Amino acid sequence: MLEVRNLRRRFGGVLAVDGLDLDVGRGSITALIGPNGAGKTTSFAMIAGFVRPDSGSVRLDGTLMTGWAPERIAAAGMVRTFQVTQPFAGLSVAENIRLGAFLRTRQRRRATAEARAVGTRLGLGAWLDRPASALTVAGRKRLEVARALATVPRLLLLDEVMAGLNPSEINEIVALVREVRAQGVTILLIEHVMQAVMALADHAYVLAEGRLIAQGTPRQIAADPRVIEAYLGHGAAARIANG
Amino acid sequence: MRRAAVPLALGVLALLPFASSSQFLVTLATLTAVSAALGQAWNIAGGFGGLTSFGHAAFFGLGAYAAAILQTRYGLNPWLGLPAAAAVGGAAGWLIGFSAFRAGLRGSYFALVTLAFAEAFRVLANSLDITGGGSGILVALHPAPGNFQFADRRVSYALALLLLGLATGAAAWLASGRFGAQLMAVRENEDAARALGVAVVRTKSATLALSGALTALGGVLYVQSYLYLDPGIAFSAERSVEMLLIAMIGGAGTILGPLLGAIVVHAIADTTRSLIATPGVAPMLYGVVLLVIVGVLPGGLVRIVARHA
Repeated sequence: MLEVRNLRRRFGGVLAVDGLDLDVGRGSITALIGPNGAGKTTSFAMIAGFVRPDSGSVRLDGTLMTGWAPERIAAAGMVRTFQVTQPFAGLSVAENIRLGAFLRTRQRRRATAEARAVGTRLGLGAWLDRPASALTVAGRKRLEVARALATVPRLLLLDEVMAGLNPSEINEIVALVREVRAQGVTILLIEHVMQAVMALADHAYVLAEGRLIAQGTPRQIAADPRVIEAYLGHGAAARIANG
Repeated sequence: MRRAAVPLALGVLALLPFASSSQFLVTLATLTAVSAALGQAWNIAGGFGGLTSFGHAAFFGLGAYAAAILQTRYGLNPWLGLPAAAAVGGAAGWLIGFSAFRAGLRGSYFALVTLAFAEAFRVLANSLDITGGGSGILVALHPAPGNFQFADRRVSYALALLLLGLATGAAAWLASGRFGAQLMAVRENEDAARALGVAVVRTKSATLALSGALTALGGVLYVQSYLYLDPGIAFSAERSVEMLLIAMIGGAGTILGPLLGAIVVHAIADTTRSLIATPGVAPMLYGVVLLVIVGVLPGGLVRIVARHA
């Protein structure tokens, strides 16, 4: 469904992303992981149109989207959330979600009804009429997902939705992401929380220092010496193997 | 009940001058209505859209000059000044907005750009032949309904109310519809709005165009009632400031705010003028009132009368 080829971006002297190739199959949950500074967020920003790549291509269902503005990509069905949550702070939770719904309908009544339905489904029912600024961190993460879902995306890009949550909140979001996939939305997620990746992803890509160093099922990834070294430092895999 | 009380009171207040033969009352009401309409036009961009302009006199002046030039130089019927001014003001709003927003200018940078445009227009109007330069344009006195000049001032007042109704209708449309929802989302967080499919530059440019068109119509009403225009009147910084002051004192981003703001500002202006002869006292008082409002009632006066306005 999503085909990313040879995506590259340099910031000054730093090659943030160096030739990323990535595929997301329809109906799958795919994860992009890697240590801090690996280039995950830049990759995401390029896929969603927020950062222009120096070279490479992004295709959604065969349509070349490289260089499109974010709003055009969103309208085409690929919608992202933000790691640092970006609520419309002065608006209510329902109004926040309604903005997503307005991408697919001009009618206020319909957009409002859909926003409330999506919000309730994502566990924000009690918060719908309160200002978005009153939400907890976990609530804001839910709001990010709810707003994106209200646009009825084909592909949802989740940027570290688990970051900053406690273990029980993480379990709730994991269940939520599964439910979203069950409703037919394909998901690409960036994640730091390995527990979540292991539980959710069908396929994972590992990025380190801008390069793809491994890919496979979460189980294969977790056993890959290159991945262990990228996370824990040079020689770590050998030390672990030697006990 | 309480929600309906304020619009109702304002409605009665607006109709009062029609029943009166007092020239003073009608003149005061006309000035207040025009100020409220201009404040509302500013509010559409500055309040609902967060596009804080310091140079809305640019649109007022362009509209006024469009109307004055078309009738004095080209002999067009003055009524045609209305659509012409709206078109000029709208186009200017869109162009200024598009170029500033495309360049990513926001907040105080955008405010300075609008200020610069108003000043540039003033300098241009001072030096061009078609605007009559510094000596301005005099519209011949010829009261007749077909000539957009009225012997009965109450007709001018009715037109001012009509413009106010138009601007307030536009604000109400923003407060309730899809475009307004997208605009307010852009005001709160541009990146998040883009991620949800909102074309940010287009939304903001269209808003400034709407605001500019309404402001330009105010310029036409000015020309038709005073029959004289010069660059200082058309593009004065005081006009820009008064527009934003009225919206902010009353409550920026609300439908009723500019109406309340205009009433309060005119009450202050006329009271001080009758009590103190020294010029410049009223603007100083505006400043004090604005400081008090920002400090004590950041949402504006409208917060007192309607908690959810």
